[in-house]
Amino acid sequence: MEPKIVAFCCKWCSSAGADLAGTSRMKYPPNIRIIRVMCSGRIEPSYILHALELGADGVIITGCHLGDCHYIAGNEQAKKRVEMTTELLETMGIDPRRLRLEWISASEGARFASVMTDFVEEIKELGHSPLGGVS
Amino acid sequence: MEQTEPRIGVFVCHCGVNIGGFVDVPDVVRYVKTLPNVVHADRNLYTCADDGLAAIRDAIKERDLNRVIVASCTPRTHAPLFKRTCEEAGLNKYLFEFVNIREHCSWVHMKEPEKATEKAKMLIAMGVAKAALLEPQEEERVPVEPKALVLGGGVAGMTAALSLANQGFETYLVEKEDKLGGFVRNLDTLYQTGKDALESITPLIDKVTANKNIHILTSSTLKDVEGYIGNYEVTMAGNGGETVAKVGAIIVATGAEEYKPAGLYGYGEYENVVTLKEFERMEKEKTLPATKSVAFIQCAGARGQVLEYCSRICCTNAIKSAMKLVGTEAPETLPEAGRVGRRRRRKAVASAPPEVEVTIFNRGITTYGVEHELMYNNARGMGIRFVKYTPENPPEVSREGDRLVISYHNETLKTDQTMSPDLIVLSTPLVQIPEAEELSKMLKVPLGRDKFFFEAHVKLRPLDFATDGIYLCGTAHAPVFIDEAIYQAYGAASRASIPLANGYVQAEAITAVVDEERCIGCGSCVDICPYHAIELSEKEVILEEITLATRKSSVNPAVCKGCGTCVVTCPVGAITQRNFTTPQITAAIKVFGGVPVSLGVS
Repeated sequence: MEPKIVAFCCKWCSSAGADLAGTSRMKYPPNIRIIRVMCSGRIEPSYILHALELGADGVIITGCHLGDCHYIAGNEQAKKRVEMTTELLETMGIDPRRLRLEWISASEGARFASVMTDFVEEIKELGHSPLGGVS
Repeated sequence: MEQTEPRIGVFVCHCGVNIGGFVDVPDVVRYVKTLPNVVHADRNLYTCADDGLAAIRDAIKERDLNRVIVASCTPRTHAPLFKRTCEEAGLNKYLFEFVNIREHCSWVHMKEPEKATEKAKMLIAMGVAKAALLEPQEEERVPVEPKALVLGGGVAGMTAALSLANQGFETYLVEKEDKLGGFVRNLDTLYQTGKDALESITPLIDKVTANKNIHILTSSTLKDVEGYIGNYEVTMAGNGGETVAKVGAIIVATGAEEYKPAGLYGYGEYENVVTLKEFERMEKEKTLPATKSVAFIQCAGARGQVLEYCSRICCTNAIKSAMKLVGTEAPETLPEAGRVGRRRRRKAVASAPPEVEVTIFNRGITTYGVEHELMYNNARGMGIRFVKYTPENPPEVSREGDRLVISYHNETLKTDQTMSPDLIVLSTPLVQIPEAEELSKMLKVPLGRDKFFFEAHVKLRPLDFATDGIYLCGTAHAPVFIDEAIYQAYGAASRASIPLANGYVQAEAITAVVDEERCIGCGSCVDICPYHAIELSEKEVILEEITLATRKSSVNPAVCKGCGTCVVTCPVGAITQRNFTTPQITAAIKVFGGVPVSLGVS
């Protein structure tokens, strides 16, 4: 199965990390669709739910490492919100592994590729989301 | 709200073979043409080349495009170029959207061209969905008061103030002590020149004092700061009462002080155990007792013993002091090449044994660079003993009768030894001044792990704070030598002079805006904003015959950096981030999910 995955990347760290994975010609599975925002702190829990509702098998949120946020502490907000959303997913009976939060710096191209590869593998094991294409 | 029907033009770039070699670009263009609101789609060998840019300009005019998408590389390379191109053709640059199909697609999926092509199509479709909802934005221009405030009248602060004043900017220089000069006032001589410390900086003090553009406020401190880049209202308090001024930029040059190693190596317990600064003062005031033997202990309280960091300047300073004790000044002029240095060293070895025996206990000597290392070599040549110790096994100081005793393990000889110096000098690190904590809160700038002021970016913006309009230099940031403090001061003054000289600052229009009607005045956004860009103010709301006093929040676009975290926090959805609105982001999510979205006029 080929999972459908949305990756939310912040402009400053993780999106630049994805750029570096590209300039370094690192391979990772082509299942990821990146949506770029300025900061991981901009990701609303509703975006995550919306993506899952519309058929995403996994959602991954990436930001600058803690303590290194371009906007001082937006990533810490992201962390709180993802934790809250994870609990919500559990309550809803959706495997919380379908939502992941990772810190990837602009210099971590290799980490971007390995995190994405790993997430795709994990979602493949979980199979399609039970919500897949409800709408 | 944009009223006209979106007319989107999409330019898919081959980027030579970088994209075209792996993604089927003609197929992508065929697909893009079928997307809603796309009225023009084309491909270019290189969109960033002159003919590619001309194609964008021409299509905007001929096809009446009101949105443009380039699907090519990372926005980090060419977004400014494509935005400018749109503007040249009369299209607001906020109606441009970038889709990355190179770094995020062709280059990472080279082995899977079909899947890469599918992914490129989807990424562009998601971009098209967002672009249809883009709105033109105007960038706010905020006027800048062409004046500056420099905190700290040491070498760094004075240099920065003088540099700004010489550029014609009125500058307030605030010093907490009653005289200018800062830390250097404590010192006897300066490394490298060996000249009197105060004499060395007197010309600088004189220039600062004589400069008509500099208002010197000694015995003064900063009391209050309000405002933002270009428009800081500052209140300074001193003997002469309070001074209030409006300044466009602030430089923090508040310096550092020396760590007092209470409880270490008998400091505070035995007489004749002093710090490096106290030693310098004794030399300066000629109160140093007659000594035959002096021991320096490096890294006292540093590098894990109490504080974590290396203070970086103490090895050189201790060696400078040691050389002075031994009786030979540090070389007056620097040799021009390494070879001269070696000759000097050989000569030094041949000289008579020193009258004062100096031992420097160390964990490895940090005398980096050309001159410092040369000085270290000279010091060894002069007979100064360097004894290495490990952090697990540091020297122990005790007293027997009226003699100080150091018991130590000689790492080189692997034996335990003792010595009895007349004086022990502890090289302790520079530390942040106690006032820094309060200052950091007042200026809303952070302190780092080691309590020094924390720059915006360790490599790329070392003299800026994350808060615009505030800069830093000198030992307020980290331990540095005088020459380094001076170049930082020039740098900070140069950074500060950019907004001062421009006379305005322009903010990228990706800021947050509050819908006052929906705002319930809860203040969550005020609490969460990392830049203190949001304020609650009293507002009157008129409901039929009743007037209600309520609170509403508003965002200062000159201070907002556009992270969007307040948008998420707002419990009633009253905040929107320009160019990253929820409808724009969810449109992309919908396309991803295969939901047909109506992209007409909303």
